[in-house]
Amino acid sequence: MTTTHSAGVPPRDVPGAPESPGAPGAQETPDALQEHFDATIARDQRIEPRDWMPDGYRNTLIRQIAQHAHSEIIGMQPEGEWITRAPSLRRKAILFAKVQDEAGHGLYLYSAAETLGADRADLTRRLIEGRQKYSSIFNYPTPTFADVGVIGWFVDGAAICNQVPLCRSSYGPYARAMVRICKEESFHQRQGYELLLTMMRGTAEQREMVQDSVNRWWWPSLMMFGPPDDASPNSARSMAWKIKRHSNDELRQRFVDMTVPQAGKLGVTLPDPDLRWNEERGRHDFGTPDWAELKRVITGDGPCNDQRIERRRTAHEDGAWVREAATAHAARRSERARKGTAA
Amino acid sequence: MSDEHVYLSLAEGHEDDARWAYGTGFEDPLHGVDTTVPEGVDTGQLAAECVALADDALVSAQRLAEWTTRAPELEEEVALANIGLDLLGQARLLYSRVGQVDGTGRGEDAYAYFRDADDFRNVRLAELPGGDFAFSIVRLLVLSSWRLAHFERLADHPDPVLAAIAAKGVKELTYHRQYAAEWAVRLGDGTEESHRRMRRALEQVAPYFGELFTACDVRDEVAAVLRQVTEAAGLPMPVYRPLPGAGRSGEHTEHLAPLLTELQSVARALPEATW
Repeated sequence: MTTTHSAGVPPRDVPGAPESPGAPGAQETPDALQEHFDATIARDQRIEPRDWMPDGYRNTLIRQIAQHAHSEIIGMQPEGEWITRAPSLRRKAILFAKVQDEAGHGLYLYSAAETLGADRADLTRRLIEGRQKYSSIFNYPTPTFADVGVIGWFVDGAAICNQVPLCRSSYGPYARAMVRICKEESFHQRQGYELLLTMMRGTAEQREMVQDSVNRWWWPSLMMFGPPDDASPNSARSMAWKIKRHSNDELRQRFVDMTVPQAGKLGVTLPDPDLRWNEERGRHDFGTPDWAELKRVITGDGPCNDQRIERRRTAHEDGAWVREAATAHAARRSERARKGTAA
Repeated sequence: MSDEHVYLSLAEGHEDDARWAYGTGFEDPLHGVDTTVPEGVDTGQLAAECVALADDALVSAQRLAEWTTRAPELEEEVALANIGLDLLGQARLLYSRVGQVDGTGRGEDAYAYFRDADDFRNVRLAELPGGDFAFSIVRLLVLSSWRLAHFERLADHPDPVLAAIAAKGVKELTYHRQYAAEWAVRLGDGTEESHRRMRRALEQVAPYFGELFTACDVRDEVAAVLRQVTEAAGLPMPVYRPLPGAGRSGEHTEHLAPLLTELQSVARALPEATW
């Protein structure tokens, strides 16, 4: 599955010719490397960390994987608010475990980005300084416990639509991380949906909470797939590189088609008067999200953008002394070990 | 993996609930265990013991949950949640046992959500506010060492359910103690600031030691752990300064009531609801 052109060459040294003597392809010119890369992609084979890759491919991947990792970490906040208030011990355990899974997803993804030469601390700084983005969806508030269920159903559902095709992404470490993440996301989606089923069988007040939450999250969830295809400048290149496998609009359509029957079973109404089955297309027609709102939220003007970044910044800054202490202790330990060996 | 397969599988029914996230199964946690109380076991005493141990675990889990999205590093985010989930699991098993032996047949949530601070029997150390990471580590070290020593004894309890819960808990608590001890050494032997914070945390925790040993005298075991860890960390052993009162008698600090208000807020706002 892999090519091993630039084994031993630090990833940042691309696209210069690899120098390690004896490595296969050491004599190849940049053109030959590019051809080999293109052929690997064309054969649907995977690119691995030590393979030569164009700068654009590397940078696109770092940007995408970092955004994805940031989304997992920032995404802990809206639901994390409810762990201490979950209304039963079983719901508390489910939610606590889910939010913990998201921290784990963030960890695998930062590790995948590190295989491309990125550094977790640097990516975290970029997030805190607003130089890298995360999913717009996490800038919406979670005023009721029903939001925990609806986030599981919609947001994890949309994430699955987005991420299942990424299990076949051309970059190996990303694709492998996505396999595990998708499995866990599918549990989360079922857990969210199961909470909503339970609430819909409860009191009238609970049913109202669920419908209200569905009304608030439906459109932002459709926006999770990004701008429409004709306004998504990076999509075509990512698809050519097989980093991305389906267009934003195609994935959005899949999500709608998947969700409508689930809404029916649950007994809630999706807040879109234009939503109906189109016999001819064999798919649902639906209304247009408010793209101006998406733009506002992405550029920092959503309901909770400042609060989300502020929390992350505070955690990072408050934890600095802990990380410094761990580093100092590790250095002292290895120094002691070295002296012990020398003595 | 085919895309279509994954999408379809989301809409299907699932019977394999065991694969859901750890500790979140839908089964009765004591399913399959003989729950008959053996002759000679005082059910009042057994219920009281289980409530106290469950309250310690629930209140500790609540304090650990407060670290979510605030931990100094992602690895600590994961580890603290793990420990919180273990303790929450212990609390659920213990409350379920109380409901079986106190004659009320109540479920776990009745004890967690519908009792007031005066009825809680947790030790006060568990309810103190979060503080910094050093405080959380010192508290975790003390509470996990104490609970571990206690659970090792309870594994031989005549009640088979409590004995089984304790035996399961021993494995979990051994990890909690290990995690706390490793961080205590790192922070004690880290920077000047981390050392200073650890000293302060030990002083803050010391007044709450005494009451730990009234119910179960494992003082020597806990002292031995603390001695070993503080020595490796280059920290002084905390000076024992007893404080009057005890959480086990329902005497709490002013911090427990607000913790419970938050924990119980949704459940009490909608008492008729099902979750």
